Amino acid sequence: MSAAPPPRSVEVADRVVATLFRRAEEIARLSLVPCGRGRDWTPVLDRVLASRLGAFPVMLAGLAAVLWVTVVGANHPSAVLAAVFSTVETWLDGAFASAGAPAWLHGVLVQGVYRTVAWVVSVMLPPMAIFFPCFALLEDLGYLPWVAFNLDALFKRVGACGKQALTMSMGLGCNAAGVIACRIIDSPRERLVAVLTNSFTVCNGRFPTLIALATILTARYGLPGVGSGLAATLVVVGVVLTGVSVTFGVSWLLTRTLLRGAPSFSVLELPPFRWPRVVQVLVRSALDRTLFVLARAVKVAAPAGALVWVLANVHVGGLSLVGRLAGWLDPVGRLVGLDGFILVAFILGLPANEIVLPLLLMGYLSAGTMVRPDSLGALGAILAANGWGPATAVCFMLFSLLHWPCATTLLTVRAETKSAFWTAAAALIPTLVAFVVCGAVAGVARLAGV
Amino acid sequence: MATWAGGRGPGPGLRLGSGHPHPTIALAGNPNTGKSTLFNALTGLGQHTGNWSGKTVTLARGVVRHRGRPYAVVDLPGTYSLLPSSAEERVASDFLCLERPEATVVVVDSTCLERNLNLVLQVLEVTDRVVVAANLLDEARRKGLEPDPEALAEALGVPVVGTVATRGWGLARLMDTVEAVVTGSVRPHPRRVRYDPDVEALLDRLEPLLVKALPRGAAVRWLAVRVLCGDPTALSHLRDGELDEVVRLLAVADRSEPGVAGILTTAAGTLGGGLK
Repeated sequence: MSAAPPPRSVEVADRVVATLFRRAEEIARLSLVPCGRGRDWTPVLDRVLASRLGAFPVMLAGLAAVLWVTVVGANHPSAVLAAVFSTVETWLDGAFASAGAPAWLHGVLVQGVYRTVAWVVSVMLPPMAIFFPCFALLEDLGYLPWVAFNLDALFKRVGACGKQALTMSMGLGCNAAGVIACRIIDSPRERLVAVLTNSFTVCNGRFPTLIALATILTARYGLPGVGSGLAATLVVVGVVLTGVSVTFGVSWLLTRTLLRGAPSFSVLELPPFRWPRVVQVLVRSALDRTLFVLARAVKVAAPAGALVWVLANVHVGGLSLVGRLAGWLDPVGRLVGLDGFILVAFILGLPANEIVLPLLLMGYLSAGTMVRPDSLGALGAILAANGWGPATAVCFMLFSLLHWPCATTLLTVRAETKSAFWTAAAALIPTLVAFVVCGAVAGVARLAGV
Repeated sequence: MATWAGGRGPGPGLRLGSGHPHPTIALAGNPNTGKSTLFNALTGLGQHTGNWSGKTVTLARGVVRHRGRPYAVVDLPGTYSLLPSSAEERVASDFLCLERPEATVVVVDSTCLERNLNLVLQVLEVTDRVVVAANLLDEARRKGLEPDPEALAEALGVPVVGTVATRGWGLARLMDTVEAVVTGSVRPHPRRVRYDPDVEALLDRLEPLLVKALPRGAAVRWLAVRVLCGDPTALSHLRDGELDEVVRLLAVADRSEPGVAGILTTAAGTLGGGLK
């Protein structure tokens, strides 16, 4: 070789960057002046939040704390709201009767539209009004990048991009937002992995349902030695962690089958610790998230309630349409620990996960249980009357966690990938996972005789 | 929102001159410096702000009126460097190199000045018309180490304005300064970085070649640095004919010195092969 090897681009780049950094350092030294006695908590927090021992316990404790506050705090307002709605319903019944309205009109509008909307609001609003602000405060504290940082190594190990931890955290808010956030992943292969697995992150549309179910489950069956609020919290935390594990598992499978390739690198900045702007954060989360999500749920719930009422009250051959539909789906439902009505509710709930539980109740109530559900306890009674055991509740929660993404998310996947194939994959992969996991759980439960 | 997000090839709006009737102000800065907060404070738009990198992959646009005069404001994706290694960084770098906004505000996090200055120095390589917004001054003060705007302005050669975007503090003065830069009543004279002598020698050779092929007004020096650093996307917005011209020029360039020959061969190779 000749005496002077030509410099390579990499070497030039290194030296260019080094020159820039030297100059930056020099200028910073010249222009920074000490003022007062400051205290910087960031290094202290860094040591705890990113330490080998501290990172995961802190993360779990944070998640559990937020969920516990939500579970415990939402119970009472939910009951109050339900009682108010129930009173209004009695009044509406009277008004319709004295106006001489036909029974079907009263059915569609009051028992269909009104009751579903009332359920969505009374079951959804309190947990959302507590969970969203807590979540927003964590976000404003700069905690999400910490979660991403802690999970980065795990994502690398399953062959995905470390930034997927960030898109997953975004999915906690809304899966559609999580899918859009996948743009930050440069490699198209790793981006697809993140897009396809985003719906395994419990979104805000599903948290209230899960919280309600966990509360009922633990209130009826309890966990030994733990208060019911804490027990419900642990159940929801368990569901969230199951979702995270499934995300890793499916990512691992995808990067070894459909989406093979070498992982790329990513840069992630850990933001400095900042006191959240509490008032601003609370107002924004109330307006942007709580009201927005609630409005979306109500918009979908109203027509869906009317539709289900019609399905429940149009009888063909002595059986309601929803009863027939549920009857057809029942064998499939039983196989995965659910029943036909539950599957119908999930299918009709495609537009928004928020309405699955109200739709399910409509279905059950149409089949003869004339209880007016005005509290979580009453909801539990209705479910029990329809043959729910603890295994059913667990399978329902798992199915809610793992099943196909909502229509909004699917449309977003379609817009982001511009591919019918990957949109179909985004719907089918979770569906397959849901059936396999719930089937396995139901099988084990049957063997154990639960 | 502009719709192109770091794709290759000539994207819409990637020709010289923004085509916007108002003077354009670009907002550049590291992720998590309060850039989007500043953007919202200036334009009154409710773009989602959040403190993780990569939140803004596309360009957000808005209009701000200052003293009755409208300006188009473009919020660039947060970036650590204009030597791009990701889609966000490419969007920011290409915008500054090719669109030539009338003024560029670099938002820096006063609490970690040194790292942020790295980007400022790179922006100064691209354009003279820069105003530095030393943001998060309140936090820097709480941490006990605060940048002195005058010393900073002296060291950089461009105006520096202290701001606290979350409270709207310093924004009026920032816009006054931007206006002065746009109208030309203040002419910043950035104190540029000098690279190692052999790198400077390479740049001296490459720049004249690029000038011939690039559109007038493009940030030739920085694009040359990107080419030397082995970034074939630096010239990816050229049309095919222009690109061939650059590759041809590189191929016939004087290669009497071994170092120059090597780097030009690499550059011609990455440009010729990397883009087809």
